[in-house]
Amino acid sequence: MQASPTHGFWNLPINAAAHGRALDSHLLLNLWIALALLALAHLILLTGIAIRKRTPRPYHQLFIEYLPLAALTFLFAFLALRAQQLWATQRYTCADLSAMQVEVTGQQFVWYFRYPGPDAAFGRTRLSLVDPANANPLGIDPTDTHGHDDIVTSQLVLPVNREVDLTLRAQDVIHGFAIPEMRIKQNAIPGQTTHIHFTPESPGDYAILCTQVCGMGHYRMLATLRVLPLADFNAWLRDQAALWAKDKGEAQP
Amino acid sequence: MTPATNPGATFMARLLRYKWVRTKLRSATRHRTIGFGYLLISLIAVIIGSILSLIMRTHLAWPSWRLPIYGAILPEDYLAFVTMHGTLMLFFVLTVAPQSGFGNLILPAQLGTRHMAFPRMNAAGLWLTALALATLLAAFFAPGGAPIGGWTSYPPLSATPLAGPGEGTGMDLWLASIALFSVATTLSSINMLTTITKLRCEGLTWERLPLTVWGWFTAALLSILAFSVLLAALLLLFCDRHLHSGFFLPAQDLVSGVLLQHRGDGSPLLWLHLFWFFGHPEVYVAILPGIGLTSMVIANFSRRRVFAYRLMIATTLLIGFLGILVWGHHMFVAGLNPFAGTAFSISTIAIAIPAAAKVFSWLATTWGSRPRLTTPMLFALGFVSLFITGGITGPILAQPILDEYLHNTFFVVAHFHLIMAMAGVFGLFCATYYWAPLLFHRTLSEPLGKLHFWTTLLGAYSTFLPMHFTGLAAEPRHYSQLSGLAGPSATLLQSTLPLQRHITASAIFLVCAQLPFFLNLLLAWRRPTNNPADTNPWHATTMEWAPNVLNPHPNDQPPIVYRGPSHYTDSGKEFLPQWSAANTFNTEAE
Repeated sequence: MQASPTHGFWNLPINAAAHGRALDSHLLLNLWIALALLALAHLILLTGIAIRKRTPRPYHQLFIEYLPLAALTFLFAFLALRAQQLWATQRYTCADLSAMQVEVTGQQFVWYFRYPGPDAAFGRTRLSLVDPANANPLGIDPTDTHGHDDIVTSQLVLPVNREVDLTLRAQDVIHGFAIPEMRIKQNAIPGQTTHIHFTPESPGDYAILCTQVCGMGHYRMLATLRVLPLADFNAWLRDQAALWAKDKGEAQP
Repeated sequence: MTPATNPGATFMARLLRYKWVRTKLRSATRHRTIGFGYLLISLIAVIIGSILSLIMRTHLAWPSWRLPIYGAILPEDYLAFVTMHGTLMLFFVLTVAPQSGFGNLILPAQLGTRHMAFPRMNAAGLWLTALALATLLAAFFAPGGAPIGGWTSYPPLSATPLAGPGEGTGMDLWLASIALFSVATTLSSINMLTTITKLRCEGLTWERLPLTVWGWFTAALLSILAFSVLLAALLLLFCDRHLHSGFFLPAQDLVSGVLLQHRGDGSPLLWLHLFWFFGHPEVYVAILPGIGLTSMVIANFSRRRVFAYRLMIATTLLIGFLGILVWGHHMFVAGLNPFAGTAFSISTIAIAIPAAAKVFSWLATTWGSRPRLTTPMLFALGFVSLFITGGITGPILAQPILDEYLHNTFFVVAHFHLIMAMAGVFGLFCATYYWAPLLFHRTLSEPLGKLHFWTTLLGAYSTFLPMHFTGLAAEPRHYSQLSGLAGPSATLLQSTLPLQRHITASAIFLVCAQLPFFLNLLLAWRRPTNNPADTNPWHATTMEWAPNVLNPHPNDQPPIVYRGPSHYTDSGKEFLPQWSAANTFNTEAE
């Protein structure tokens, strides 16, 4: 019997990203506040129906409408402000310049991951050159030398505790790139690139899901994120580079 | 232009010479006929939509289950059912029934008039809506079946038949259906706005309008704005599909190994903007009439004035206004500038304030009133409960950082099914039980009504509350299968299966809980009609309960309104209806 991948009353998967702790604590705060408000409102509703006031008096709008509204406004302003700080930290700035670069490409119904190789630059791609049968599923342009050392994989492997900057692209339709345990989600859109950055903190295997309906195989557009200690990651990268070179060699007559 | 030079008018005049045409036209343009027509359309749509949801739920919980006659549910079937379920429920049930259906049946009487402003345009709206429904259902039988992109139809998935089954003829039929629907809704909204503005009877000032009328008014305003933008978007998508334009498509797009070239370099994000500029006001169109009715019904059975009446008018309009400014909250992770996320987050959370004001008014109106718990009152209270439960997760989803985790999970599905679908449907049930004496000349059975209420409330909560938890566990929407997959994703999805089975069982229970309702309607046929002298069985104060509304006579004096709605004595025994000239007890000055 496998251990349940989720935990706690609210049934969240474990968090494995650096920014996830703050996000989780804000999410849980929101959920508990929502539950408390829900209970309170129902208590007032049911009590109000059950009791009978002896002498009906006109209420004061100030106490029943405006003061509670002011209190709610403060509560929501506080939550919104806290959420905005987290949002700004994650999204208003791009990844650190030293962050690892990986490109994610969605196509019906697979995810491809491209590593830039030793030259730290991605080669140009063209949709007209896409040829999965000949080991070029992303259409890397052979005339661009930056592309010669690019490595393409079907599994996202990352070193632990290093920030990664994902560049998201889509070849055909909109896809949604989500790693629940890393608390990230961002759509990949054909014709443009989007970015998302995060730092994985715990080694392990994590789910990658497509979260934007993309066609009949949407439910199986899954992949795995494997987070490895740095030494293991470097070894994996070397193996991949060798494998990829061999594949390309076989593909080109 | 004289009729002689206007060929259309000449043709019409010639047609009108025939008595048969005259009588048919008169009955077809009568607001009651049109209202019942709209309700019939909704009834057909809600039955098909519910069956589709049961098939989807059963397939999700027990993937090896085979639909009798049809066979196994394939992934593309599942997505086609999702699309059709959403489209039927959103457009043909939640937009049609509260706004066009009950609007046509009740609005004229509440205004103290006997007809709508543009009866023929009104009838045209009904027939276009019926045609739209037929066109939509035809998509099931198109080659490739119904479209699979969900009711939001994001391109490029919706832009080319190469992207999947159902995206060919099925998608074209979907576009045609929704385009017809947009035209119909615009016509009917123009008619409704004009009626409210021009045909109020003497004494019925804006401030004396029941909150239901304010709900219909605001929803009609939103409809005109939203559906005209949707219609434009549909036409542009049609051009992208058939004329190789590139409004929503990049210059190059590789779909199923075929490189598609488009004139121009557009962006799918433009569709998202246009669609959600329509889509969010649309959900307020669905819920605003129910909000108004809940206020009036709660006041009536509590024998109290609606607490903070003017504020309720203001918040109805404010919810409508803010509803136009929040579409971006559907797009936090779609590739918007993150600053836009912040802006849309603020406007969205702002809606919680007028919405909370509504809840406070409902709570204050009932507080200590020992209301009569009739079936319509129970459904109004159920509306309040579902509105709170569904609404409370709104501000959570409005925070972009939290939406980043929750977007397109079942948490969102739970949220909108509670606040829009369930609260909306409770509003419809409330309307049916409350206005039954006006619709059917009979009061519906109270014991059956109460059985219907309690089982439906239990079913609604038991179905949709657990969805929050599968959503928090990260289960995405639109997954036709949660088991039989590989890797850590499979473990995560598989872990939701026990809850899935509970949700499916509850959904079946929820649908079965509607049997007492249909039984009630059927039995009403055999019940004696209400005493024609007792036109006001709920002792209500608004104009639709005035004498002679059901049996008007040509010699009736036009009605006059003397006060706002909901005037009751402290004991609740006596009340002053809007039409009564006598002032038998002192009420608060207006």
